[in-house]
Amino acid sequence: MNSKHIGLKLYGAFVALILVLPTLIVIPVSFSNKSSFVFPDGWSLRWYETFFTDRGWMAASWNSVQIGLLSALLATVAGTAAAIGLTRWSRRKTSSTLSSILLSPMVVPGIVMAIGIYMLFSQIGLLGTVHGFVIAHAMLGIPFVVVAVTASLSGLDVQLEKAAASMGATPFGVFRQITLPLIVPGVASGALFAFVSSFDEVIVSLFIKSPFLETLPVRMYSSVTDDSNPTIAAAGTLVLLFTTLILAVGSAFSRSRRRKLSPRSSK
Amino acid sequence: MSEVSTAGAVQHADRHAAPESRPATSRRSVRPRDAYGLMVLPALALAAVGILYPVALSLWNSLTKSDGGQNAYAWLWENPVYMEILMRTFSTALLTVLLCLGLGYPFAYLMAISGPKVRAMLIAFTLFPFWISGLVRTFAWVIIFQKDGPLATMAPMLFGDGLLRTAAAVQIGLVQVLLPFMVLPLFNVMKGIDMRLVAAAESLGARPLVAFGRVFLPLSLPGIFAGSLVVFVMTLGYYVLPQMLGSSRQALIGQAIFTQANDLNNLGRSGALSVILLVISLALLAVSAWGRRYLPGSRGQR
Repeated sequence: MNSKHIGLKLYGAFVALILVLPTLIVIPVSFSNKSSFVFPDGWSLRWYETFFTDRGWMAASWNSVQIGLLSALLATVAGTAAAIGLTRWSRRKTSSTLSSILLSPMVVPGIVMAIGIYMLFSQIGLLGTVHGFVIAHAMLGIPFVVVAVTASLSGLDVQLEKAAASMGATPFGVFRQITLPLIVPGVASGALFAFVSSFDEVIVSLFIKSPFLETLPVRMYSSVTDDSNPTIAAAGTLVLLFTTLILAVGSAFSRSRRRKLSPRSSK
Repeated sequence: MSEVSTAGAVQHADRHAAPESRPATSRRSVRPRDAYGLMVLPALALAAVGILYPVALSLWNSLTKSDGGQNAYAWLWENPVYMEILMRTFSTALLTVLLCLGLGYPFAYLMAISGPKVRAMLIAFTLFPFWISGLVRTFAWVIIFQKDGPLATMAPMLFGDGLLRTAAAVQIGLVQVLLPFMVLPLFNVMKGIDMRLVAAAESLGARPLVAFGRVFLPLSLPGIFAGSLVVFVMTLGYYVLPQMLGSSRQALIGQAIFTQANDLNNLGRSGALSVILLVISLALLAVSAWGRRYLPGSRGQR
């Protein structure tokens, strides 16, 4: 490319700004000295103070972390097992049907799942419980794990497992000492995305929350309409920071790992 | 929701993995082969509780529950408001697709022809929104659009009262939030296009614009198709964004479902609307899976 693409480049810069810039407005507003979402003329930390001293915000944050960790754990274990099963099972037809069922949360509109889950959970008493949140969020996180682990498995040399088995390793031994270490990057990135997706989930949570148990996004969502003070901007900035940090650490980890393995995996 | 784009990756991975894994499991394996099937069960149980049964419940309610003594589908059919909502949802989704294409196509093209450094930067710009909370991104637009917000302050003549609670606000928000889902599939296809073909056309006397239009554009069609589909289907199902930025008088189908279920407790009607939304979404995806085979350049591409 050369100078004749100058118009295209300018347009590209414009689009790049559209992608990133609007979101960043929550940062200055969170440091506002005003008690509305107006662009501030002076700075203060009072909204962070409100956030960290308010019981409701703190409880919601803690719930989000707890539910995120538990649901990511559940999604990772179930999703990894499923990915291995689906890749290796000799019944290709059945396993491709099952795989589309497991991936369906990606294409079914959130509101459709939310209504259905609400009806089911109200019948079996899971509304407003940690169990309910963990089950629903794990289901939503499984596709990320299945996609990531399946990708890892496709790069795995099956001969290694056969070799281990032929030298007397038990099936579980093969899994623990050969398979698992080789697919760890996929498992880890699946777990990461499962956590972040739970941490950010609004629509299903909105239906299964109770006055006594809500997550951070639910509280943020309801406070946009209810209080309209910049505490939610402070919360938003912290969420932005937190998720960026998690994913940055995750990608740094996977990059350093890839570098270690790079002599063999030529790509 | 980087969902739909990654869903394709799995199918690819599956297809690649199949021939390799078969010999490992079929003949000499010591383990009973159906043990692999059992490994799917925990995830399947979660899917049953989290999606299969709930969706079936909506379907069942839509058929059996008659709020106000009338079958839910018949009621929807007789009520022009819902046809209007459905049409509004479609036109909003279509406009979102067109605007995302207008912004995303040149951007993806720039990504495809740039050197590795610039390309990595542009990819980072595209992935940034994936990284951060969708709720925070929508909330940022609430700040921008509100009365006395930055937009109203910058252009008081035009937007003195802000744009919040308007269809324009919803449209702008949707385009910005969904743009990455257009750019990534476009870029995925474009990076596989052999630029020497365009150069060859030009060397044979085609003007650059003609070479682009006759060679590059047709080859990029699978990307246009995939990106448009993802953006369209995702717009259909959005609830939180239109609710935060728009007004209930110009509700989209997601909001109509919420109102029927939560505010009016009409589970039959909300079920019927859910089923309609789900059927349309899945039908579009199925048609596209079928149609993709007939697009140029869809084979032999990663």
